[in-house]
Amino acid sequence: MTSALEFTGVEKRYGELAVLDGFELSVPRGEKLAIIGPSGSGKSTVLRIAMALEGIQRGRVELLGETLWDGAKRPPEKTLRRLRLHAGMVFQHFNLFPHMSALENVCCAPVDVLGVPRAQAQARGRELLEQVGLADKADSAPEQLSGGQKQRVAIARALAMEPAVMLFDEVTSALDPEMVGEVLNVLRDLAARSDMTMLLVTHEMQFAGEIADRIVFMDGGRVVEQGPPEQLLSQPSEPRTQAFLRSVLQPGRQAPAQD
Amino acid sequence: MPRPAHCVPQRWTNKPVSGLIELLPTLLEGLRLTLQITVVAAALGLACAVVAGLAREFAPRPLNWLAATYVEVFRGTSALVQLFWFFFALPLMGINLGAFLTAVLVLGLNTGAYGAEVVRGAIGAVPRGQWEAAASLGYGRAGTLRRVIFPQAALAMVPPTGNLLIELLKNTALVSMITLSDLTFRAQMLRAETLRTVEIFLLVLLLYYLAARLITHGMGRLERHLARGRDHGGSLS
Ligand SMILES: Nc1ncnc2c1ncn2[C@@H]1O[C@H](COP(=O)(O)OP(=O)(O)O)[C@@H](O)[C@H]1O
Ligand SMILES: [Mg+2]
Repeated sequence: MTSALEFTGVEKRYGELAVLDGFELSVPRGEKLAIIGPSGSGKSTVLRIAMALEGIQRGRVELLGETLWDGAKRPPEKTLRRLRLHAGMVFQHFNLFPHMSALENVCCAPVDVLGVPRAQAQARGRELLEQVGLADKADSAPEQLSGGQKQRVAIARALAMEPAVMLFDEVTSALDPEMVGEVLNVLRDLAARSDMTMLLVTHEMQFAGEIADRIVFMDGGRVVEQGPPEQLLSQPSEPRTQAFLRSVLQPGRQAPAQD
Repeated sequence: MPRPAHCVPQRWTNKPVSGLIELLPTLLEGLRLTLQITVVAAALGLACAVVAGLAREFAPRPLNWLAATYVEVFRGTSALVQLFWFFFALPLMGINLGAFLTAVLVLGLNTGAYGAEVVRGAIGAVPRGQWEAAASLGYGRAGTLRRVIFPQAALAMVPPTGNLLIELLKNTALVSMITLSDLTFRAQMLRAETLRTVEIFLLVLLLYYLAARLITHGMGRLERHLARGRDHGGSLS
């Protein structure tokens, strides 16, 4: 079976700045993959390319065996839209639609994009809100919710489209510490019960170790080291990985600057 | 030695205030035309604003340039000269629109040119993350605009649009220069007839002011309505 995501020799630049440079990554279907690395190493960029929010300059990206990006050539908008249906994304800053209730956030896309009948989409939306522990918040506006609640609505919203691949970009980084746990619990539950492919960019090392099948350490726009959690987290072989892990496990010490 | 009557500077004490009532019917006739022009030009202007604003933001090259040129031309030239041009010059090229149509066309296009910038600004002010969230859910550009961006931008558009509509109302006074009997035109006729300059123009100021208040009031209600939709999380579309 083809893999869920396949990055081959990907180069991504913003002007002069090469954000990804010869980036290689293959993600089998159903894998729970954690991506770690210092800030600015290109982690979000990888997810944004997979979500078809950003193009690339060179190389190739395949999503579920279909070509998403092939060099600098931009596929027609129709193709991008179709491929985006395979993937879902949860953002660091939630990006909920502020003019819609929690339930409306969750069921608008199934109705508008997939043409699911409204009543059916709402019923499914309530189930999903219940799954993330927010059954009683269906009618709340986003501004009435705490950060942790917003992020759980955002997770339900992405799930409602039933994507094969879910991309989580530092979904707990913008939260107050006391709300991190409730969101991680939802993700833990999701990872355990679902056969979706999940890519999680995270700074929660312990959490990554618990739920990931594999951890990828990125630095300077490349994969520096990867392996099963127990190996990568406790016996990293690359000096840069060792330095990064030291710095996150002992806050206050800086990771070395990327080159 | 008294001067002849028509040379006497008028004072507003030379007739009782109750005489104001006599002036009203004529002025209200004028006000009606003023409001008609305002409403029709506003409708045209809002349509132009949305189309040109979206074209400037999203349309491919030639359309984008066309919209930019429209906005530049109408914002960069005097509305009075535009009126003259459409009313006096266009007929020489065989296009005769008549006074009313000329008035609403010019004032509407004028309002639309400023409104296009309002639309563009409000859409541009919606955070990029909203576009990305919608795209990640499978919305295309049109669907994103309609369901996600426009409902949020609408709230931000209301106050500047209110200002534009009041600006439009005041600009309608210019149509008295192309033979239309609007409020300002009637005022000038009345003044010539009755020489009661002070009362007439006080009344005219008051009528324009009340009409402007009406617009302010309406826009305030609209704004509260849109904001309430947000509080309760209701969809606006
Ligand atoms: N739209 C953009 N324009 C210019 N530079 C960008 C843009 N987005 C990201 N970058 C740069 O790309 C690099 C990698 O960013 P990112 O993928 O967000 O890193 P990470 O998520 O690992 O912190 C950073 O140096 C960032 O400043
Ligand atoms: Mg990031």
